[in-house]
Amino acid sequence: MSTPQATAESQAHAPFLQHHFHEPVQQAEAAKIGMWLFLVTEILLFGGLFTGYGILRMLHPDAFHHGHTYLDRWLGALNTVVLLVSSFTMAMAVHSARTGERKRLVRFLLATLALAAVFLGVKYVEYSHKFHEGLLPGRFYSHKGDPVPGVHMFFSLYFVMTGLHGLHVVAGMVTIGWLLRRALRGHFSPAYYNPVEIAGLYWHLVDMIWIYLFPLLYLIS
Amino acid sequence: MTGANYLTETRGLRSWLFTLDHKRIGVMYLWSTLLAFFLGGVLAMLIRLELITPQKTLMDADTYNKVFTLHGAVMIFLFIIPSIPAALGNFVLPLLLGAKDVAFPRLNLASYYLYVAGAIMALASLVTGGIDTGWTFYTPYSTSTGGAVNLVTLAVFVLGFSSIFTGINFIATTHKLRAPGMNWFRMPLFVWGMYATAIIQILATPVLGITVLLLFLERVFGVGIFDPKLGGDPVLFQHFFWFYSHPAVYIMILPGMAIISEVIPVFSQRPIFGYRAIAFSSVAIAGVSFLVWGHHMFVSGQSVLASAIFSFLTFLVAIPSAVKVFNWVATMYKGSIRLQAPMIYAITFLLLFAIGGLTGLFLGSLATDVHLHDTYFVVAHFHYVMMGGTFIAFLAGLHYWWPKMFGRMYSETAARVAAALVFIGFNATFLSQFVLGSRGMPRRYYNYLPEFQALHVLSTVGSWVLALGLLIVAGYLLASLRRKPEAPPNPWGGMTLEWQTTSPPPTHNFLEQPVVDRGPYDFPPLETEEETVARSA
Amino acid sequence: MSRLRELLMPAAASTVARDVDSLFYFLLGLSAFFFLLIAALTAWFVIRYRQGSRVRRGAAPTHNTALELLWSLIPLALVIVIFFWGFHGYISAAVPPADALEIKVVAKKWLWQFEYPNGLRTVNEIRVPVGKPVKLVMISEDVIHSFYVPSFRIKQDVLPSRYTQLWFEVTEPGAHRILCTEYCGRGHSDMLGVIHAVSDEEYRSWLESGGGLGEGMPLVEFGRLLYTRYGCEVCHSLDGSRLEGPSFKGIFGKPVRLSDGRTVTADEDYLRRSILQPQTEVVAGYQPVMPTFQGLLGEREINALIEFIKEQK
Repeated sequence: MSTPQATAESQAHAPFLQHHFHEPVQQAEAAKIGMWLFLVTEILLFGGLFTGYGILRMLHPDAFHHGHTYLDRWLGALNTVVLLVSSFTMAMAVHSARTGERKRLVRFLLATLALAAVFLGVKYVEYSHKFHEGLLPGRFYSHKGDPVPGVHMFFSLYFVMTGLHGLHVVAGMVTIGWLLRRALRGHFSPAYYNPVEIAGLYWHLVDMIWIYLFPLLYLIS
Repeated sequence: MTGANYLTETRGLRSWLFTLDHKRIGVMYLWSTLLAFFLGGVLAMLIRLELITPQKTLMDADTYNKVFTLHGAVMIFLFIIPSIPAALGNFVLPLLLGAKDVAFPRLNLASYYLYVAGAIMALASLVTGGIDTGWTFYTPYSTSTGGAVNLVTLAVFVLGFSSIFTGINFIATTHKLRAPGMNWFRMPLFVWGMYATAIIQILATPVLGITVLLLFLERVFGVGIFDPKLGGDPVLFQHFFWFYSHPAVYIMILPGMAIISEVIPVFSQRPIFGYRAIAFSSVAIAGVSFLVWGHHMFVSGQSVLASAIFSFLTFLVAIPSAVKVFNWVATMYKGSIRLQAPMIYAITFLLLFAIGGLTGLFLGSLATDVHLHDTYFVVAHFHYVMMGGTFIAFLAGLHYWWPKMFGRMYSETAARVAAALVFIGFNATFLSQFVLGSRGMPRRYYNYLPEFQALHVLSTVGSWVLALGLLIVAGYLLASLRRKPEAPPNPWGGMTLEWQTTSPPPTHNFLEQPVVDRGPYDFPPLETEEETVARSA
Repeated sequence: MSRLRELLMPAAASTVARDVDSLFYFLLGLSAFFFLLIAALTAWFVIRYRQGSRVRRGAAPTHNTALELLWSLIPLALVIVIFFWGFHGYISAAVPPADALEIKVVAKKWLWQFEYPNGLRTVNEIRVPVGKPVKLVMISEDVIHSFYVPSFRIKQDVLPSRYTQLWFEVTEPGAHRILCTEYCGRGHSDMLGVIHAVSDEEYRSWLESGGGLGEGMPLVEFGRLLYTRYGCEVCHSLDGSRLEGPSFKGIFGKPVRLSDGRTVTADEDYLRRSILQPQTEVVAGYQPVMPTFQGLLGEREINALIEFIKEQK
């Protein structure tokens, strides 16, 4: 359990080695390549949105500037901190898996899950406040008394971008829940922990996208 | 075949539906995409039939608009994009690399089921009001029209994931699962082509995903990003759309080129001429493909400077494409050429793709594009590239690997007759459309001026010949499954690894792990003139 | 030669068309050359080097750097030439001369509306002088359309979000077809129009006579012409079906309920007021969206329209 280097003998009989790989290292490296490629697609998915954001902000600079004042930057900052800490706990979970400390692994996964839930809770508070004020996307925007036209475009992008990001947080929580189940059953060992590792990569990406969203939406001035 | 192979080792529907074997997934993809092609083909025949007279022939304008939209969407998203990579590529890529499977078999199966889900959603539009936007979904028409647009945009989103999963699998497989001794320059060129295709699938498809998602949100929640009434920009949609869809053209053609690069050396028994040039030109095309999307928008009101840059970059794509064509032709020089079905289709590809590529010059060049944009010239051009290129290459690959996939040989005589009909029918159908276009017949027209009728009739009659040829192909291929002869392991004298295992291969592809110590096209030396004389004496 | 040319393209009728055509035929020749080269080499190799043929084969090279460079650089040089040629034509078609006659164009499903500087409005049909540059400033009311004149070799998308421009100078008198080339729904292929290129004098007298329509025509026939020419048909049907505005069928002489609750009789005076001040007496159940035709229609034209409406029993 605690010996980080498994022998070639035990590798050949590793329980989670799929038939078409020769050795666990090959399998783990393939999985990592796969996840990195997936992350590239995620970046491009959000990249499309960031481009759209850039162009619409260029078309409606005043509306974007005014729109951001309706957002609560302290709640946004709080969520940034929450996600950063969750990235740390996720990294610790990966580390615990690598060193084979099962209890710590479970604890850190639970902490990550809890922080993700806090993030979504804060988002819920923000969303319901916006709904209440009529700060809705596009056609449904019903907020009155804006000094500049076109604020609805800002909220269109706000909801599309944070909504899509929120869905990624939910997907991350499902993945972490699945890891938790496998961790409790003792599937992970220093010889086999790449599911934890690649889920960690994904979680860091979710965090990173928020790091970009926060200033673009909350800190325009 | 004696002994168990991947088709016979397990039986029953469940053994197929839950299979993780890349070969079975490839075969399921093959039948599904062929079914989609058949459906798209029927729609095409309806379009041609409607256009045989200048006014109404058999359907009203609304139906016609829905028919051509579905024809385009089915052919692009359900046939051309998945056909070569997900059907043929899935089957042969691990074999060519000497691997037991792709890197992520479960992801592979997920890709197939996403494809099925997307296909069902797209086809469900038929009974839920149809979709009349054209396969390009241009805003604001697509956000203001009725029908099943929401369903189809979601279908495209789902199909995008299916395509991405295939791409991820191919790249990881190529990197991590090559047989011992197979370095990058011993890989068959088909693998290079698939690798370049996968790069585009991964980099471009997400942008299509976000584009159709925004279109969906626009229709459902009125977010207004493409809606001029709310302050959005409808031309932004075109930029987003073509940022995916032009590279997607190379998702479609690179696999076709990849097949030709396998078939021509084998049927000439000569090493491919300029291996590295072909390998790198695939990657070069993949790279440049991301920088040319604006050539779809020369008359959309984008700036003159942008148009000039896009035009120039578009011409640069012509170079690696020309290099490939010259290399293929040079490969045949001093070869020992057998005109069997795969080679006949490969040569058909060379001729039709040459026409498709050369007519691209008319459209890449700014002044002539203004006249030809959105006319039948464009329709003819992309059918020469997509059907005369990709689809004919798909037929070459299908005939080439059919014995490996199903362990049967088909009738060579029937194949020759069919190939001739396909060639004649195809040219009659689409050569006439170049002239229609240059004479000013716009595309997507339900009614047209009487002066264009003669060419339209020619095109429609051509489509019947083409359809007849394809029905014969379907006939003899299906017949081969029921009848002997059984295929030997290496019917064509290929040197790549798939020919070193049985036909069809066993479940884990190779009974012994192959080891590679030479290039993919190192054929045995050809007999000299003296030997030929001695043999024939 | 010119017969052959007309087989491939409509007769060139604008100043830019000739440049476009020479590039087109250059490309055609180039394409034919390369296609025949590829086809001939392929055929020659396939026949000469068929399996079992008695030819010297030996060890052919697997690559040849000089040859490969050659067939990369020649196409490169050619495409650079083509690029600049095409760019030159595009630039000259993109920049309108300063003294161009400006006509405003509004595209909507599924017709083209034109407005001349003097306020003359036409639908689906314009008259322009030969040999004078004409500039079109275009906008769409709904979806994207595209203004295409095949014999001028010009095309430009018409957007709902901003103005786009197009210019041409006609060289050949006669009727030149306008087509819509951006798919816009059911009537896309019927969104046609005509540019009549006429002499300068003819153009001026036409413009001064307010379009010079209906000379010597019976009033009802003239009214029917105006009904299509001014786009009345887009909103007012003749068969009783409800469009944006009330149908003309059986309207004359009948009582009409207005949106303010009053009822008036649809006599000549009411019809005249509805054409000139359409927003003041709107029929109940319809939106006040009709534009005024004050200043666009002369008395004879108004009379013709009224006579035409009378006929729709």
